[in-house]
Amino acid sequence: MKTLNTMNKTSKNNFITYGIVLAIFIFCAVYIETDMATFLFKGLMVPICVNVILAVSLNLTVGILGELSLGHAGFMCVGAFAGSFFSMMTQETLTSVWIRFPLAFIIGGLSAAFIGLLVGIPVLRLRGDYLAIVTLAFCEIIKNIMNNLYIAKDINGLHFAIGVGAYNEIEFDAASKQVLINGAMGITGTPNDSNYFWGFALIFITLIVILNLVNSRTGRAIMSIRDNRIAAESVGINITKHKLIAFVISAFFAGVAGVLYSHNLSSVIATKFDYNYSILVLVFVVLGGIGSMRGSVIAAIILTALPEFLRDIGNLSDYRMLIYAILLIAMMLINNNDYLHQMTQGVLGKFRLGKKSKKNEQEGVS
Amino acid sequence: MSVMLETKNLGISFGGLKAVDGLSLSIEKGQLYGLIGPNGAGKTTAFNLLTGVYKPTMGNFFLDGEKLTGMSTIEINKKGVARTFQNIRLFKQMSVLDNVKVGLHNNFEYTAAEGIFRLPRHAKVEKQMNEKAIELLDVFGLAGEKDRLSSNLPYGKQRKLEIARALATSPKLLLLDEPAAGMNPQETQELMDTIRFVRDHFDMTILLIEHDMKLVAGICEEVTVLNFGTVLAQGETSSVLQNPEVVKAYLGD
Repeated sequence: MKTLNTMNKTSKNNFITYGIVLAIFIFCAVYIETDMATFLFKGLMVPICVNVILAVSLNLTVGILGELSLGHAGFMCVGAFAGSFFSMMTQETLTSVWIRFPLAFIIGGLSAAFIGLLVGIPVLRLRGDYLAIVTLAFCEIIKNIMNNLYIAKDINGLHFAIGVGAYNEIEFDAASKQVLINGAMGITGTPNDSNYFWGFALIFITLIVILNLVNSRTGRAIMSIRDNRIAAESVGINITKHKLIAFVISAFFAGVAGVLYSHNLSSVIATKFDYNYSILVLVFVVLGGIGSMRGSVIAAIILTALPEFLRDIGNLSDYRMLIYAILLIAMMLINNNDYLHQMTQGVLGKFRLGKKSKKNEQEGVS
Repeated sequence: MSVMLETKNLGISFGGLKAVDGLSLSIEKGQLYGLIGPNGAGKTTAFNLLTGVYKPTMGNFFLDGEKLTGMSTIEINKKGVARTFQNIRLFKQMSVLDNVKVGLHNNFEYTAAEGIFRLPRHAKVEKQMNEKAIELLDVFGLAGEKDRLSSNLPYGKQRKLEIARALATSPKLLLLDEPAAGMNPQETQELMDTIRFVRDHFDMTILLIEHDMKLVAGICEEVTVLNFGTVLAQGETSSVLQNPEVVKAYLGD
């Protein structure tokens, strides 16, 4: 408790966030390992982790950098395919999942980060609506490229083709032919390495990296661009460089989430990573509170789990999406309700007052 | 005494409009210099030229003998020119302390990776930055409010914080754009003391734009009067302010 008091407010806040995630992890671990969990619950673990990582990483772009990006699913798509492709290629040579899977994460993340860098250099010169439109288009372009990409290998090596026509013209050695990426059918046969353990480990890494970044010299520079670009320039902050750092790190973790996603089910198809998925992640960020990582974690968990659990509750299953929509509206109203906000602040304030008066007795009034 | 800032025939035109036309002035090291003139005279445009927001279409300017014409805002700041803004531009969602630490950004060095992985240099440099920032805030009497959100500060303190942030970049020349705008006489008096203190304590050269003639007469040693982008009068404050041309420009016929 003493260490908590001496820490400053931001690191205290960060530790509360880590604590919440750790508590959820312990709960899930106990629930699953003692065999109390339903099939549905187990199946939901990885998608929840994927969405939490996506929400936290998008919050870096939207909340900390202050730029609207609608192409987060595109980076996820790049990561998913790169990671899956790597796992397919090395499945036989690297049998240990403890080596293969982390490598897949790094490769998926770096591919997404590289694409993020390529997209970011021209795109981050734009502001506001324009950036949103370009990232939206980027997401669709990536989706369509992946939808038409064929990669197969035979005894002569790897063969690439864009479009089914070009693919059919390739002459394969029939005996040794193995299709790796099959156009619209995507990748099938990815090893099912993902589980909730990897998921939570990645959530922790994502949170630590992003929260540490935000509370560093670089993070302050990024936030200063969000708050006032002209003033940031006037004190010598390099705008393009810091925008790129934030955007690329955001893309990296979207790629990592993609790898986790693609190793959950044995097949991955490009059409999953569409505009709707990008918007869904944005909904997590907005409802959780722009700039609040803890809010993103909680919103992503609730909004991923809820529609699935509603499916299970008897008569409610028909009204599942209706309830989901009502919940979204309710969260929005509650978030922006001044009266409720003051009330919760008042209640919390009373708790804090009690603590503070004790503290002041010890240290004297500050 | 050496010359800190020198502009030679500096000017910019937007289409046919010459917003600043042939501004030549020379400010000595440690001087408090005023730039005055009626609304629309081109004072803020001149500031924007000196900080690289606009690129001059004619003339040159030199800081400490070095030509800065054509450099970007960031480069000019690194060479030693810092400014405040007419309409306060703080980092509103950041704390008072963090505002100053953004100003310190280029004076302290550790990489993004060192920050992310919390390598030893991060803790060491952060500590130095905190000490330096609090030292600066102390000068302006803001150290007690370091954890407040900067947008929650009262107006006068926001002005002071902006000056503190500009000073954090350790400039040679400080440009203040209407520091007394919106202040009552008592706050203005306090501000005059602060500006003088900054000049003496940091050994700073200060160029300021101001409409409050009491402040200008009180602290500026020399002034330049702009009208419609051109220099109307230049010289010692007391004699310039009595110049009938200047009185006419301000009050009309």
